[in-house]
Amino acid sequence: MTWIDWGILLGKVAIVFVGILVSVLLFIWMERKVIADFQTRMGPMRAGPRGVLLTLADGIKLFFKEAIHPTEADPWVYRLAPMFAVIPGFLAFAVVPFGPSAHIFGRTVGLQLADLSIGVLWVLAMTSIGVYTVVLAGWSSGSNYPLLGGVRSTAQMISYEVAMGLSLVALLMFSGHLRTSEIVDAQSRVWYAIPQFPAFAVFLICALAEVNRPPFDLAEAESELVAGYHTEYSGIPFAMFLLGEYVNTVVVSSIAVTLFLGGWRGPWPWSGAWFVVGGVVWFLFKLICVMYLFMLVRATLPRMRYDRLMNFGWKYLIPFGLFWVLATGAIIVLPERYGRQRGAIIAVGLIVAAWLVGSLIKPLLEARREEVVL
Amino acid sequence: MSEPTDDGTSQPEERRASPAWALAKGLGTVFKQTFRRDNTEQYPKEIVAPPERSHIGRHRLNRHDDGLEKCIGCELCAYACPADAIWVEGEDNDPAAPVSPGERYAKDYQINYLRCIMCGLCVEACPTRALTLTSYYEMAFTSREEAIWTKEQLLEPPPALGTDPIDKEGI
Repeated sequence: MTWIDWGILLGKVAIVFVGILVSVLLFIWMERKVIADFQTRMGPMRAGPRGVLLTLADGIKLFFKEAIHPTEADPWVYRLAPMFAVIPGFLAFAVVPFGPSAHIFGRTVGLQLADLSIGVLWVLAMTSIGVYTVVLAGWSSGSNYPLLGGVRSTAQMISYEVAMGLSLVALLMFSGHLRTSEIVDAQSRVWYAIPQFPAFAVFLICALAEVNRPPFDLAEAESELVAGYHTEYSGIPFAMFLLGEYVNTVVVSSIAVTLFLGGWRGPWPWSGAWFVVGGVVWFLFKLICVMYLFMLVRATLPRMRYDRLMNFGWKYLIPFGLFWVLATGAIIVLPERYGRQRGAIIAVGLIVAAWLVGSLIKPLLEARREEVVL
Repeated sequence: MSEPTDDGTSQPEERRASPAWALAKGLGTVFKQTFRRDNTEQYPKEIVAPPERSHIGRHRLNRHDDGLEKCIGCELCAYACPADAIWVEGEDNDPAAPVSPGERYAKDYQINYLRCIMCGLCVEACPTRALTLTSYYEMAFTSREEAIWTKEQLLEPPPALGTDPIDKEGI
């Protein structure tokens, strides 16, 4: 590595870091504007053109507020928790390719921080660390509501992570790659969201639950728990929680774009310098679409009740994830064994049969469930 | 809004839509709101006048056409006030130079807008229609002295909305 390589690496780190920070500012503004749209309001209009700078103003305000440290709080863990909110999000974004390879200074530079051979596993590992935010912040505050919010959303995040992992297992079996750049390349003809639509749906639901966005925002249910795990926080640590929440949302959306929606690939342009620019633009466009969907869901659906949340996760999403892993296996293996056409027919037949059996068993399960008095 | 839809609780259990369809329908309903016109008024920039004769704001003490005050200092408004916001001090008129047409007039008349709840009972109580509410609502104040309006201020007709320099702050 010469100094040019180091310079390019540092430049990429700086671009990704600043890019995420700026995009978080813009996405918070976008969320307020979009939700205002749904409610026939205008949203922020005063700070900057159409209120763009409002988030910046909020950040500056929080920056100058006192960071209160409750006497009951654990001295170290209380300070550590906000960092867990932000850092894993940035780390997870490192493997997301946000554009095609570019030629700079005679070198081929992938627009991606680190093209790890275990890309998707890295994403799963980093998003799992997000659970610690809620646990540690909730526990170390030494207060009731944070503890309640922390405990119940720990269970939520862990159980939804299982289903998220299963949806990714199906995807990885289908694509045969772990490297995110190879997954994007493999989607040059058709997005994985089409053949793997069930996995995509499960992933989106679990992503919402994983980053604690409505309708799964039980960690900070403001109508029940004051503010949940970050009730006691103020000033910069609170700003870090807010930042971390949106960083994680951006990261999860960009992972959904990368794994299921073809990443930075778009219908045009195909070559030249515009290919690179077009790639980044397509990536951002898809990211904004996924974020818009999240905002639409937030504006539409009420928060789930806790027991229904766990029921949904364990009784529907995880069995469905397992079933889809099995079905993906059938789709891959059977054509190899029995030839393309017959194998495909057998695979589809097995899936339909499993579906029918499942729908026959379902009334029995539901009949039993009614006896249980909660 | 549109006419009531048929997806109420009155529907029988078996005709209920599937969860996926219900979800899509809900998202679509919310998304449609994007295309509705915003109800927001950008208040200090554009001031939408309240409807005619909407008596929602500041009080005003009225005069007769000949310039005499309508108020006769009877203090009925002060008695009617549930928030005890009105202070009236009546006095006999000087027959040579009367302030009001009757025997007595209000020597002092104050309304404390820290207390006033804008209920309008004082207006209903007034026997001579001397006290009415106007539609002027820009009444922000920064001190107790500013909040207590004197008789001279109340006799003035309210200015047009948005003309007070303090309303231009922050634009």
